[in-house]
Amino acid sequence: MTEVNEAPEGASRGGDVAGAGAEPLLKLRGIDKHFGPVQALYGVNLDLPAGQVTGLCGDNGAGKSVLTRCIAGAHQPDHGQIYFEGKPVHVRSTRDASALGIETVYQDLALADNLDIVQNMFLGREQLRYGLLDEDSMELKAAETLSTLRVTTVRSIRQPVASLSGGQRQSVAVAKAVMWNSKLVLLDEPTAALGVVQTRSVLDLINRLRDHGLAVMVISHNLNDVFEVADRIAVLYLGRMVAEGPAADFDRQSVVEYMTTGTANGRPYESAAAANGKG
Amino acid sequence: MTADPGETPAGTAGAGTADLTLDATVAAADVPPELTAQSLRQYLGASWLRIRSGNSGVLPVVLAIVIVAVVFEIITPEHAFLRPSNLVYIFGLSTVYMVLAIAETVVLLLAEVDLSVGAVALIGGVIAFKLVQQPGPNWPWWAAMLAALAICGAIGAFQGALTSLLRIPSFVVTLAGFLLFSGILVVILGGADSTVSLNTSDPNQNTIYDMVQGLISPVIGWIVLAVVVVAVGASQWLRVASRRRRGLVAPPLGLIATRIVILAIVGAAVVIVCSVNRGSSLKSVTGIPWVIPIVLVVLGAWTLVLQRTRYGRYIYAIGGNPEAARRAGVSLPRIRIVAFALCSATAALGGILLGSFFYGQYSTNTADPGQLVLYTVAAAVIGGVSLFGGRGKAIHGVLGGLLIGGIAYGVSLLSLGSLSTPLQYILPGGVLLAAVLIDVLSRRGGSPAGV
Ligand SMILES: Nc1ncnc2c1ncn2[C@@H]1O[C@H](COP(=O)(O)OP(=O)(O)O)[C@@H](O)[C@H]1O
Ligand SMILES: [Mg+2]
Repeated sequence: MTEVNEAPEGASRGGDVAGAGAEPLLKLRGIDKHFGPVQALYGVNLDLPAGQVTGLCGDNGAGKSVLTRCIAGAHQPDHGQIYFEGKPVHVRSTRDASALGIETVYQDLALADNLDIVQNMFLGREQLRYGLLDEDSMELKAAETLSTLRVTTVRSIRQPVASLSGGQRQSVAVAKAVMWNSKLVLLDEPTAALGVVQTRSVLDLINRLRDHGLAVMVISHNLNDVFEVADRIAVLYLGRMVAEGPAADFDRQSVVEYMTTGTANGRPYESAAAANGKG
Repeated sequence: MTADPGETPAGTAGAGTADLTLDATVAAADVPPELTAQSLRQYLGASWLRIRSGNSGVLPVVLAIVIVAVVFEIITPEHAFLRPSNLVYIFGLSTVYMVLAIAETVVLLLAEVDLSVGAVALIGGVIAFKLVQQPGPNWPWWAAMLAALAICGAIGAFQGALTSLLRIPSFVVTLAGFLLFSGILVVILGGADSTVSLNTSDPNQNTIYDMVQGLISPVIGWIVLAVVVVAVGASQWLRVASRRRRGLVAPPLGLIATRIVILAIVGAAVVIVCSVNRGSSLKSVTGIPWVIPIVLVVLGAWTLVLQRTRYGRYIYAIGGNPEAARRAGVSLPRIRIVAFALCSATAALGGILLGSFFYGQYSTNTADPGQLVLYTVAAAVIGGVSLFGGRGKAIHGVLGGLLIGGIAYGVSLLSLGSLSTPLQYILPGGVLLAAVLIDVLSRRGGSPAGV
């Protein structure tokens, strides 16, 4: 159960984007979401292929967190369809999402400070033996997952999460998400509160998830981080997906323009492949 | 990018290795010593570091118990405080606070509070006493007790539902409950000056009377103690062996042995104190009150529920971070309602013990729900249960209850006349304030992640 997926063949960094015939793991088509009078998402389309990291960019309030929660089952979209492994699915709760293999690392992490690393990683999915908590088995599995992800520097996986540094907490939250045979991991601002070294370690961790063949979506304000790990980039502007394509199509300048105006050089996004085809 | 103050530049691990060496001193203080210590010596060192940083577990309350015992022994007339007869009396009185404090601990762990425990406990006690009356309902003692626990459990569930479904602060709901049930208590007692008492010549009623007043002979006490020590020792030993076998870090055997020895010494001290003749030369009184094993069973049951079951784990999770628990699929209202119900049912047992402690008699004089709830919350917090939720164990309620019982009885021994009653409030109040200060300060100092 706990083993992180083995890397499938051909899961390559920056490989030819989903377009090349392969069905993306997760496909969003025409997702609308509003809260009362506030329309947060307008007909959003997005592809999240396996073995690739998709960076989701957007200004504050663009709808990145809402989109994440729609995929994670915490919100229900008003309109639109989610396809998982090619099949239309309804994700009505976080339980539904977990059952599909979708796990989320939220912006605020949501770890219980008073519980230790093992207890946090198994929260809500404790293993029992004779009706009582099977601490030793859970500890072994947690240790195994952490070492697969090479999160090795905590003193003891029995220490309370309160005693961890920000980067270690983030690593625990990620490890918690990938321990359950997950296929898609959504990370909302995983480096927002971290220093340089800790950010580095989280980015390494994201790279390792890709190497294990998972589909990853990373939300970040920091374009350095996005360009560092993302194979694909998607930009939300006021609830609309204004650009989505291989990272090679973008540079910092254009991403910032999409984020702030919805266009670059005054023109809407067109994938480089499509543009070449026309030219 | 924001700089992280908790970060050390030392954490430059080799490429591809996630994070990071902790800031050694801060972090070490937050890690339970048995996790890292490989020898008794290291354990003591790590423990000392933790105590200095405010993460001290049961140590402050144990220290406070010792200080209270020594001080009262010195200042009571004829140095009577530590006489076996007084100690046994204190055990009896304290067990009431112990059981109530364990009940309160469950609710405090959720970062809620139950101010109605005192009133509800007394209602439970009076219900049980009324149901065994003869002439009257004449129920068997166990049926009367179960009925009391069930009725109080329902009261708790109702209060829990109000706080968790309507999100009214538990402080307000249970304050209203305290007033409401204090009034109802007088009604079911049968008026302002009424009493209800047990007839000890009826074996059925005498069973309840004996819960605190009844004695186990010292010989049986020694046998029970031996069985308990061997059982605890064997289970700890097996646990360490099993963890070693599976390649997990286990506490050093020296530490386990030390703990077992301490348990045996404390147990033997209790049995010895209870074995001394505390009657007169004409009629000797020796033996261990039944209530001591009863409290140990309550302690064991709650420790099992809180530490070893999924339900207990969710109580801690909700107290630590309700949002994390919710996202993990935990039903917060269900856990909270059940916790309030179990708290009130456990309190009802405390109320029955209280009536038994007062020689099987309940009156509006012995039953002061206000003082009882103050002592209960004080006992839990003094024992080391955090008011902010998520931190504390059943054993903390037991130790806090002993401390409060010791103070309450010590003050009454001081023959201070009119000063005695105010001191019954002032002393526990002062100790409670000190305990809350420790709680707040350790929370502030003990969290390097800054959350
Ligand atoms: N639960 C909610 N209720 C009402 N409005 C919301 C809710 N969540 C988000 N919004 C609104 O939706 C928009 C997008 O928010 P969000 O996805 O959090 O932005 P960000 O891209 O910064 O993560 C904002 O205008 C926000 O106010
Ligand atoms: Mg956001």
